[in-house]
Amino acid sequence: MEAWSQFVQLLFSGLTVGSIYALVALGFVITYSVTGILNLAQGDFAMLGALFCITFVNSGVPFVLAIGLSIMAVMAIGGLFERLAIQPARRSSVAVLIIITIGVSFVFRGIALLVWGTDPYALRPFTGNEALRMFGAVIQWQSVWAIAISVVSFIALHLFFNRTYLGKAVSACVINPFAARLMGIDIRKMSLGAIAVSAGLGALAGIIIAPISGASYDMGMMIGLKAFIAAVVGGLTNAPAAIAGAFLVGMLESFAEGYLSSGYKEAISFGLLLLVLFFMPNGLFAKMTGKRV
Amino acid sequence: MGMEQYRRMVDRRKQWLLLAGAAVWLGLPWLVFGNNYVLSTLILIGLYALVSTGMTLLMGYAGQISLGQAAFYGIGAYASAYLTAHAGWSPWLALAAGAVLAALVALVVGIPVFRLREHYLALATLGFGVIMFTFFKEWKGITGGLNGFFGIPTIRIGGFSLQSDLHFYYLVSLFVLAGLWFAHNIVRSRVGRALRAIHGSEVAASSLGVNITKYKLQIFMLSAVYASIAGSLYAHYVTFINPDLFGIVPSIYFLIMVVIGGSAHVWGGLIGAAVYVCLGEWLKAVVPLLLPNAGGEFEIVFFGLLLVVMLIYMPNGLTGVVAKGMSKILEMSRHQKKQVAPTENHNARSIGGERG
Repeated sequence: MEAWSQFVQLLFSGLTVGSIYALVALGFVITYSVTGILNLAQGDFAMLGALFCITFVNSGVPFVLAIGLSIMAVMAIGGLFERLAIQPARRSSVAVLIIITIGVSFVFRGIALLVWGTDPYALRPFTGNEALRMFGAVIQWQSVWAIAISVVSFIALHLFFNRTYLGKAVSACVINPFAARLMGIDIRKMSLGAIAVSAGLGALAGIIIAPISGASYDMGMMIGLKAFIAAVVGGLTNAPAAIAGAFLVGMLESFAEGYLSSGYKEAISFGLLLLVLFFMPNGLFAKMTGKRV
Repeated sequence: MGMEQYRRMVDRRKQWLLLAGAAVWLGLPWLVFGNNYVLSTLILIGLYALVSTGMTLLMGYAGQISLGQAAFYGIGAYASAYLTAHAGWSPWLALAAGAVLAALVALVVGIPVFRLREHYLALATLGFGVIMFTFFKEWKGITGGLNGFFGIPTIRIGGFSLQSDLHFYYLVSLFVLAGLWFAHNIVRSRVGRALRAIHGSEVAASSLGVNITKYKLQIFMLSAVYASIAGSLYAHYVTFINPDLFGIVPSIYFLIMVVIGGSAHVWGGLIGAAVYVCLGEWLKAVVPLLLPNAGGEFEIVFFGLLLVVMLIYMPNGLTGVVAKGMSKILEMSRHQKKQVAPTENHNARSIGGERG
């Protein structure tokens, strides 16, 4: 029974982390599909979202409003980033664009350091502190929230891209930018929109994880890199596969931490990255689906 | 003016420049009155210059990106630390062993990595950097883990221990000179020409019979050796190391140095390292005066901005600018230039250090 409850515990912790990675990974996939840019500053949107939300809550803004405000603030920052750093460099090589996003990531980290300092902050859980007991395992309500919110977000995004005019316009840009332009779709606006939406998803992820693991100026890099692995495992342009990849990475980490050693969990996820890159550079699920975004 | 005469003049001016450079190099410690702070800053510049010169070869000439170069810096540092402190090796032997180890690791990692392109190549080197960092952190028996590695002995030459900053300054700058000289020769060799061809167009180079993978691997191994040697020297200089010095953020700092300096010239690494270190020291002195509660690694915000702005507006880095100035000093004035036939002038440009 002991082993079983530990298994359930690790399973839930993996699902929780996985859903966070999935939200950020979706941001990667959307940005990459629409703009062709691998945005290494993606994880820092999560950091900014979490810290904004904590600041709003601490200054007396009602909880739900604070969440909405911080997501909007981070989306605005994402839009600014697109206009100031990505647009002027659109014609640069892939390597240069990657390095630019690294530079932006440093700027976000540095600004957060100057504004919020080096100490970690805590955010109160969305609902109460009591835990849920299931199969002998103790599961925090926040984990349930994390999984539920990300599932709702996936469904909402799916509907957005398949059922709304704007969503279809974005999908059109992904499939064939030239034809999309002929149809009167403004690709520059789509690029702005894609990065803003990715930033919003990142912010949401940061806000969800903050009550579980706290928030600090340097939390973005690891979240970003893990989500990155998830997106690569999924093949970079395939949203459902990226979500599956995110849960895979989350589980792998959680079980590695529980059964092996916590120190090596990073090496295990990045080892997975290298294996996938070397042997299946189109992602683990390349054959399963051909659908993009 | 004839070709011979012109060449002699360029050579003469070059000799003067070299002489002036040597005088500055020898005299610098006295110029700053043996100030230890300045000397330690110069030593740091030299160590970083070694790493970034290797990276300049890799990025500028082979056109490959590396986001995990600090891992090789770490391999050198830990190899030297462990072999001298625990196994009792001579520092020189340990330095060589670290370099061989780094080259081997680069070979093993490079074979699969250089089959990848662009995004995936960047990601793979990043992944390699994180994995090596994890090993530095977790392999406590060898590295001392997060607590760090204490008590690394100083370097000795004969029975003479290089303890003071002054001694170390000369030692490091000898290595930097050797490194620059070697890089300069590589660039002008058959390998250098092949690398430039790869950078220009991999398909074209490959169709002309250039073995792309072999050259990329060789230059990757060479850049690993540069980083490893710098790491070994660093370990002996500070006598204490910890894994944070060899993580992803330091790798990005090396990348920033290469971008600042510009990767189209072998001098880029040295210039980038000098600007990076000086700017960093200046920021550490000035920013706390303006923002009293600024702590930690706040300077990353400036380096991040610098990286973005340079890549958008000055993608060839500072050496692009400096090289123009240099070739003006080395070559003749515009008036004299007109009297030389275009073919000769073209020749002269390649002498002046311009990349053809």
